[in-house]
Amino acid sequence: MKYAYYPGCSLHSTGIEYNMSTLAVAKKLNVELEEIPDWNCCGASAGHTTNHLLGLALPARNLAIAEKQGLDVMAPCASCYNRMKTAEVAVKSSPEIRAKVAEITEMDYAGNSGVKSALEVFLKEVGLEKIKASLVRNLGGMKVAAYYGCLLVRPNGIGMDDPEDPMTMDDMITALGGEAVQWPFKTECCGASLPTARSKVGLKMVNDILQMADISGVDAIVTACPLCFVNLDMRQNDLNKKAGGNFNIPIFYFTELLAIALGEKPGKVGVKKHFVSTAQVLDKYNLK
Amino acid sequence: MQPINLTSALAAGKDLVAKVQTASGVDVKACYQCGKCSAGCPVAFAMDYTPRQVMRMLQLGLAEETIKSRAIWLCAQCETCSARCPRSLEPAKVMEALRIEAKRAGFEADDEIATFNEKFLRSVASNGRVFEAGLIVGYNMATVQPLKDAGVAPSMLAKGKLKLFPSKIRGRDVINRMFTKAEKMEADNK
Repeated sequence: MKYAYYPGCSLHSTGIEYNMSTLAVAKKLNVELEEIPDWNCCGASAGHTTNHLLGLALPARNLAIAEKQGLDVMAPCASCYNRMKTAEVAVKSSPEIRAKVAEITEMDYAGNSGVKSALEVFLKEVGLEKIKASLVRNLGGMKVAAYYGCLLVRPNGIGMDDPEDPMTMDDMITALGGEAVQWPFKTECCGASLPTARSKVGLKMVNDILQMADISGVDAIVTACPLCFVNLDMRQNDLNKKAGGNFNIPIFYFTELLAIALGEKPGKVGVKKHFVSTAQVLDKYNLK
Repeated sequence: MQPINLTSALAAGKDLVAKVQTASGVDVKACYQCGKCSAGCPVAFAMDYTPRQVMRMLQLGLAEETIKSRAIWLCAQCETCSARCPRSLEPAKVMEALRIEAKRAGFEADDEIATFNEKFLRSVASNGRVFEAGLIVGYNMATVQPLKDAGVAPSMLAKGKLKLFPSKIRGRDVINRMFTKAEKMEADNK
């Protein structure tokens, strides 16, 4: 199984653990990844809310390069996945948009190469049965809340799972021997760039999610988005200092828990780079 | 709110409403005001007009009020409204189109979010990728809060999560041209 790999900007900086753990999982599961040469930023939300065509053209250039590689794309970041999927659907559904995008990118993207999230590639394409057969250790009943956020599951026609009650990561937690905690904030928005651009508004949104996880009695939250990760992990300190919070909830990328269960050393997949320490919970469940 | 003459409002807002409908692909008249969008909106608590109200204002021709609102900048594009709309109307796309029109008309009610987006895209236009350290410094300077989030910078650097220099792609001249061309094509089409 082989995919063109689109790490995106975050996985080379604030989401470095997501990159480390994604590559580790790919290796364990024999998924070959060939990075898209000279890839560019997908534009994220800033792109499409500033100029509609630019919001399609930026991801389409990467898809066009992948098409030359003859491969479908795997994009771990929720926002990159969403933007690429939006461009893929738009180009496939309209010859007019395809022509406009080709004029802008100076490359024709025909829609032959598509995009899949890392959740789909690892948990659906490779699949939980094969993963279960390859497990080296299990999560020992760790209580984990799966947090999907927005862009992996919405809007309709773009999302890779149910927009209200996605189960892809919950099923993974169960398969790895953890307890997938039922909680109502699976797809509640973390505020995206609002905790940075409008911190009062954004931090309230992060606070609500963490509070709900706390009430639900979780050991950890698992996510598949680098921006959700930063907001939930790094902002706990802000909330504890400035807003009287008392949070200490470890946040994991789904690929970190998966890599660890597949036998990778936790230190190798970046869990020591988190702001909220993961040592205690990994210790408690014998996953050092 | 002042009394509004709906007959003249409808006529005055007609062009802008038409532009927003074309750009978003949403027929605002089809909204039956159930309010499901606003009930689920995670940022409604901070908005001057909720998504349902924005839809209603467009129905009434109060288009200029919507592009001057803070709501369109606060919208996080989480798409909850679009996923839940029983009329499949995608209010998030309306918010996107309103932002683009607001920028064209020179109304950027929420400077912080508009500035953040602008700095983000400028970084992409010059490097081909986002340079996060440069983005935060540029954003903090532009919004006069030089030390915002500065406390986390040393540990981000130590963790290898922040780079001091941008990663520039070879095709950045293409990316730069893409910005110019996209801008021109949308301007020609409006």
